[in-house]
Amino acid sequence: MSRYFTEDHEWLDVDGDVATVGITDYAQSQLGDIVFVETPEEGKTVSKGDDAAVVESVKAASDVYAPVAGTVIEGNAALADNPALVNEDPEGEGWFFKLTLADAGELDGLMDEAAYEDFVSKL
Amino acid sequence: MSRDVHNGPTDEFAQARGTAYSHDADAGEESIEIQQLPLDSWHRARGGRMVPFAGYEMPVQYEGIMAEHLWTRAHAGLFDVSHMGQLLFSGPDVDAELETLLPGDIKGLGDGRMRYSLLLAENGGIHDDLMVTRLGQDNAFEIERGAFYMVVNGATKWDDLGVLREHLPDEISINHLDEQALLALQGPEAVTALERVVPGVASLVFMTAAAFEWNGNPLWVSRSGYTGEDGFEISLPGDAAEAFAEALCAQPEVRPIGLGARDSLRLEAGLPLYGHDLDLETTPLAADLGFALSKRRREEGGFPGHARIMQEREGGGIVKRVGLIVEGRQPVREGAAVVDADGTEVGKVTSGGFAPSVEKPIAMAYVPVALAAPGTRITLAQRGKVHHAEVVQMPFVPHRYVRKGS
Repeated sequence: MSRYFTEDHEWLDVDGDVATVGITDYAQSQLGDIVFVETPEEGKTVSKGDDAAVVESVKAASDVYAPVAGTVIEGNAALADNPALVNEDPEGEGWFFKLTLADAGELDGLMDEAAYEDFVSKL
Repeated sequence: MSRDVHNGPTDEFAQARGTAYSHDADAGEESIEIQQLPLDSWHRARGGRMVPFAGYEMPVQYEGIMAEHLWTRAHAGLFDVSHMGQLLFSGPDVDAELETLLPGDIKGLGDGRMRYSLLLAENGGIHDDLMVTRLGQDNAFEIERGAFYMVVNGATKWDDLGVLREHLPDEISINHLDEQALLALQGPEAVTALERVVPGVASLVFMTAAAFEWNGNPLWVSRSGYTGEDGFEISLPGDAAEAFAEALCAQPEVRPIGLGARDSLRLEAGLPLYGHDLDLETTPLAADLGFALSKRRREEGGFPGHARIMQEREGGGIVKRVGLIVEGRQPVREGAAVVDADGTEVGKVTSGGFAPSVEKPIAMAYVPVALAAPGTRITLAQRGKVHHAEVVQMPFVPHRYVRKGS
């Protein structure tokens, strides 16, 4: 299991050819209270950078992009009733969706935890 | 992730995240220099997340919008609204002169009485909404009895000053109190907390105001606000604002509240926000602000747009501002379309968001009058997705103003 990060404040846990995607603790803290999450349908294919999910705070709606290309195998059903999970446990129970990777090579362009922390510290 | 759509007093709200992510200003950046208000460092010291708003750095939130919103409904919240314009008007027949621009009964206001009113344009559109108070002998501004104190919106104050100066005769002095801070203390425990700091304020009732003193500083305190709760608005010298805010926040009932919760509170209270629910294209009747047109003024006229407004009153108007409760959990925000059965746009959502006290998404929208009755089911389109909503009587949360005799 390796964890990757994007400059759009998403994280991916990769296990074989399956990636679990969510938003980082930093992202949730910036968004504030999350009141709604729309996760992608099972079977949806996404290219890297496509809109994959929507996250809404009290104040604003934001798109969550697919950090890599792939086919969605599951959205986190728990977020429908409890979107606040994203605030409470953004990098665990508050995951957004899982997909099968189309091209594992796309992971090379992403940051590891140390690089992401460094990236955030400069914001 | 990206900021996409939002609803807040201005686009600058986007920067609540935008700047925090990137530190390069994105949407809503203005070419004018962003200024600091008297409480700037106080907000920062208390963990306020500062965003540019109406030309100033202002706190959008401290601990979080939801918690701040619910705290205000249960206890007392302190809002810094020093960005708003505070104006004094004095001179011969100043009440009659103000009536040439405002459709309310200004002459009939007693000392220390205030009224919600509108600064109207020639076509009956709205330059701004405002509060106007007649000052008595004892006021905090060292001005003669019979002068008027007005609070206008921060983002529009310079334009308002232009309109007012252009239309009022030279004999009327307009004094822009740009050194004054303005604080709002709102919520059911506001009276308890403020009475402890400024004894005597509990004798005020809704929409009245009087002069008080705190640590040698003159205060102008009105029992009014923008949350639907009981509460007060306090005008005081900017250099005393920090000590006074500190004294208020030392009360166990009081916490500082940011602009984010101010917006969700006013939306639940059914109160329109200028620049979103009201603008130069909206008329008082379409905006459901008919109460701001007093009977005498409707009959006599003598304010901008009178003919058009009366015509609209006879004819029943075309669109009306209504409250909506949105089905499901996803907020429908400003800019979403109201659509008919064929998907044709027939109206617009002008404010919307998740309502913490209602625990549902709510919105305000302009809809054709045929769809304006409570109980009507409305279809909305937002970002390619259809939502359903029901027209409801506003406010969404009952007002708890402390009126005379209550």
